[in-house]
Amino acid sequence: MPEPLLEFTDLRIEATSYPPGEAPKNLVLVDGVSVGVEKGKVLGLIGESGAGKSTIGLAAMAFGRGGVRLTGGVISLNGRDIRVSDPAALRALRGREVTYVSQSAAASFNPAKRLMDQVIETSVSHGLLTKAEAEARAVDLFRQLGLPNPDSFGQRYPHQVSGGQLQRAMTAMALCPKPDLVIFDEPTTALDVTTQIEVLAAIKKAIVETGVAALYITHDLAVVAQVADHILVLRGGKKVEYGTTQQIINDPREGYTKALVSVRSIEHAEKVQAAPVLSVANVTARYRGTQFDVLKNVTVDLAPGQTLAVVGESGSGKSTLARVITGLLPPTQGRITFAGRTLSAALEGRSKDDLRELQMIYQMADTAMNPRQTVGTIIGRPIEFYFGLKGEAKRKRVQDLLDQIEMGKGYIDRYPAELSGGQKQRVCIARALAAQPKLIICDEVTSALDPLVADGILKLLLNLQAEAKVAYLFITHDIATVRAIADRIAVMFKGQVVRYGQKSDVLTPPFDDYTDLLLSSVPELRVGWLEEVIAGRKMDSAGN
Amino acid sequence: MHPILKLVVQRIALGLILLLAVSLVIFLGTEALPGDTAQAILGQSATPEALANLREKLGLTLPAHVRYINWLWAALHGDLGVALTNGVDIAQAIGQRLGNTLFLAGCAAAISVPLAIGLGLVAARYQGRWPDKVISGVTLTTISLPEFVAAYFVIYLLTQVFPLFQPVAMVFPGMGFWEKLQAVALPVIVLVMVVLAHMMRMTRAAILNVMQSAYIETAELKGLSPMQVIWRHALPNAIAPIVSVVILNLAYLVVGVVVVEVVFGYNALGQYLVDHVTKRDLPVVQAVGLIFAGVYIGLNILADVISIIANPRLRHPK
Amino acid sequence: MRLPFSAILGIFLTSSFLFLAVFAQLLAPYPIDSAVGGVWEAPSATHWLGTDTIGRDIFSRLIYGGQITIFVALASSILAFSTGAFFGFMAAVKGGWVDQIMSRFVDLVMAIPSLIVALVILSVLPLNLTVLILVIGLLDSTRVFRLSRAVAMDIAVMDYVEAAKLRGEKQTWVIFREILPNALSPLVAEFGLRFIFAVLFISTLSFLGLGIQPPLADWGGMVKENKDGLIYGKSAALMPALAIAALAISVNLVADWVLSRTTSLKGGRGA
Repeated sequence: MPEPLLEFTDLRIEATSYPPGEAPKNLVLVDGVSVGVEKGKVLGLIGESGAGKSTIGLAAMAFGRGGVRLTGGVISLNGRDIRVSDPAALRALRGREVTYVSQSAAASFNPAKRLMDQVIETSVSHGLLTKAEAEARAVDLFRQLGLPNPDSFGQRYPHQVSGGQLQRAMTAMALCPKPDLVIFDEPTTALDVTTQIEVLAAIKKAIVETGVAALYITHDLAVVAQVADHILVLRGGKKVEYGTTQQIINDPREGYTKALVSVRSIEHAEKVQAAPVLSVANVTARYRGTQFDVLKNVTVDLAPGQTLAVVGESGSGKSTLARVITGLLPPTQGRITFAGRTLSAALEGRSKDDLRELQMIYQMADTAMNPRQTVGTIIGRPIEFYFGLKGEAKRKRVQDLLDQIEMGKGYIDRYPAELSGGQKQRVCIARALAAQPKLIICDEVTSALDPLVADGILKLLLNLQAEAKVAYLFITHDIATVRAIADRIAVMFKGQVVRYGQKSDVLTPPFDDYTDLLLSSVPELRVGWLEEVIAGRKMDSAGN
Repeated sequence: MHPILKLVVQRIALGLILLLAVSLVIFLGTEALPGDTAQAILGQSATPEALANLREKLGLTLPAHVRYINWLWAALHGDLGVALTNGVDIAQAIGQRLGNTLFLAGCAAAISVPLAIGLGLVAARYQGRWPDKVISGVTLTTISLPEFVAAYFVIYLLTQVFPLFQPVAMVFPGMGFWEKLQAVALPVIVLVMVVLAHMMRMTRAAILNVMQSAYIETAELKGLSPMQVIWRHALPNAIAPIVSVVILNLAYLVVGVVVVEVVFGYNALGQYLVDHVTKRDLPVVQAVGLIFAGVYIGLNILADVISIIANPRLRHPK
Repeated sequence: MRLPFSAILGIFLTSSFLFLAVFAQLLAPYPIDSAVGGVWEAPSATHWLGTDTIGRDIFSRLIYGGQITIFVALASSILAFSTGAFFGFMAAVKGGWVDQIMSRFVDLVMAIPSLIVALVILSVLPLNLTVLILVIGLLDSTRVFRLSRAVAMDIAVMDYVEAAKLRGEKQTWVIFREILPNALSPLVAEFGLRFIFAVLFISTLSFLGLGIQPPLADWGGMVKENKDGLIYGKSAALMPALAIAALAISVNLVADWVLSRTTSLKGGRGA
């Protein structure tokens, strides 16, 4: 039995929260978690928000963020309990035995210093290497991680390089002092999917080549399956299941793990083509005061009661398309036809029926609802505004809608702050439905939600579509969501629609280059997927 | 042109335009409001002929924009006109007094700036613990006091309860430097008290703002000692905000000086201004008002320019 | 809900000051303007805080003076608030050139210290209550303008405001139902700070002889009348000075408490 490098035994972590105007509350963030990492092995920590995975990650350095306290258990690193070490001993191990890669490298690098100075800082200040040796090692790591111009890369400042490059630079910073263990805290979550795969591949290569052990924290099971040897599933600060990556993915034992594994498996049969309710023809748009077209000659159609998924990465123009259709951004060219009539380009020129029949749901339900209005007011306002219902009739209609979104009695007089993330998004859906629209624009409505909650929202949307025959224009960056819900798909890249058609056609080869890159970059939930894709791409480039 | 240079030039140009607009406001503010300089000089009982004569003599019959341009042109050449009340040349009267004001403000700045930064650092270092609470409590109290109230508390304490100082601050030409320093000790203490609170609170906020950044946590996770974290990672980013906090408060000091000079009967610019507001001597009010506004705007420009230069994103463009 | 001690103290003191100001005529033991004792008498059973430079009862004058100081400060902060908030909201909602003109004008006024602007204006205008309230109120409204514009801008970019616009709501609904309810708490805290500013401002002007004119009395003016006594060890000038300090600090305590309870909406705390 190999000796563990890091071992948590019955770990307990607490914090105190100070809600304004109330007495301080004690929170238990992590409760009785025991797990170990062997030398040179990678342990994946997975869970939804609030599962305590980042808190456990930082506990491997005996660090509590903010007022977080490590109150119980043993954190054994290289044979000694670091939970009770003194500050000097902790400083000696941090940045030397254990290092850290954060989710947002952009914020984690000091903006006033060159990258090289920051990458080699630990190695030099802990006396591990001379400055020249450290710089040579940093350049090697830059090369290993596939950074451009590795010899001069370190001379740049953080704001001078891209997000994906910064994330790799932070990995170099973590590996430079030759640590025993690296903590990766959601290192690819903030990146676009085509960048994520590059960074993920670079990280995996570096882990393999340096033989370092790692804690890999993420909410995405498909990502962790590519790098981890073992996986610990967490929920609400408690251990759910621990096993090898193969076992967790192929043979999960606990119900929660099973739900996580099967989360992306909504089956949705594509509907047949029909005359469109919305057609966008040759639309070009730019923001006021800029010289750059954000949308270039976009043409798409959407049939009644069907779903058009508009998919693309950040900067593709997919959200701008929503603004143009709603009238918030009048296009410079092109025409939008809706329910048989041509829509006025600007919001001011649209009739009340135009507005009523075209509703919108936002990504952040938090900011989409007025915090000073109750659920009843939020859902009731469109009913009153469009249909003139008041008093008891309005309240009854609101209650009907609440039943439709599977939120029972007792919610009508609550404020948004008293709802969970998924419930908030449901209320936003009810508000859109209240107008009895023909089309709802859904702008990344599931992106801010945990996978299981997002799954519930998607199922609800599909059911409502079947009942109310409403069409969805579904904007998303997530291919799995597209598969689950779309009838037609438009792939956008740099303001243009690069691929468009029925779902079965769009997702079937042969692909154009961008769609191929996009589709092949989406992590799949099986071990060895990453290697296959990377190998495939090398073959491609070798063939060129 | 380097983007920094461009921004700096832009900021300075904007400041000059602002100063021009301010001069217009000061001029119009005193000209366009009801009331007439000639009437003010001669009083209600003046005959219409005497009024007309005086208006002619003062150039009040010319249209307002001509008078504004004449006034501004002369002011730019150092000619601020003569005081209505006693016919003394304003530029000359201001010269000596401006020196006295700057001496007082300079002494106050020399003490308060290092003290404020030091206390701000201590308060930020021990955030939420007793040194922070004591410093914050005391400064919250002094912020709530107008300058003259603080001044009389200090006077009562240091001339009556502990008779260490004289309650008036007289300086006159020919005084030695040390004598002058002794003379201004009390007003300097008051000014330091007033400006220190603001400066220290803003310094503390600027440092805490930097200390909450993610890159400070990165530095802690690198195992650096608290001093290394502050010295290598916090300070390079905190210097710009601290410098601009200091300068903004120096601008505030320029105003605080007006009241403190009156309290101590200190013969300088602020006292001179208040005297002539009471006497309704417009040319003096305009001239001194313009000087105060100029210093204030100038310091604000300086603060902005320093934060532009200190921004690494601008210094090292993509 | 648990009130911190500082808030209780602040609320108690602030309401006591208001009570004294409202019922000054009933509560003051002596008339405002008649000599009832010797010059600068020490505090005694008959004159609780002693007498002033011409033998008037300081305690009585303090109560009357408080009435004027608080009245002027309240009137000008209400003026500052209504104009500042109205135009600030308008600038935020209308945007475009309306916002540009108003914001640049406010920049211009705020580019010069308020005291200097006030001195320049007061060198021309007659010194009476109306003028003082107008000058202080309008100068102070620039700060309220900036805060309410900033708060309203923060709220105006929220998705729920966009949702209301997409629904086809009129501008009055957007302002009064969507923006205002969310802007209220930072603005309430700001009102306390504006009130303090007005108290300090009117006191300073009166102290300089450019504020409330005799025979009316206010705290700043009382400091001025009695300041020479300090040289002879007479503490008469300290009484009104203490009153100013106590009022400012107690309102500050209340405002701090309100501010700490509001959510993280942005909003500066201008001096």
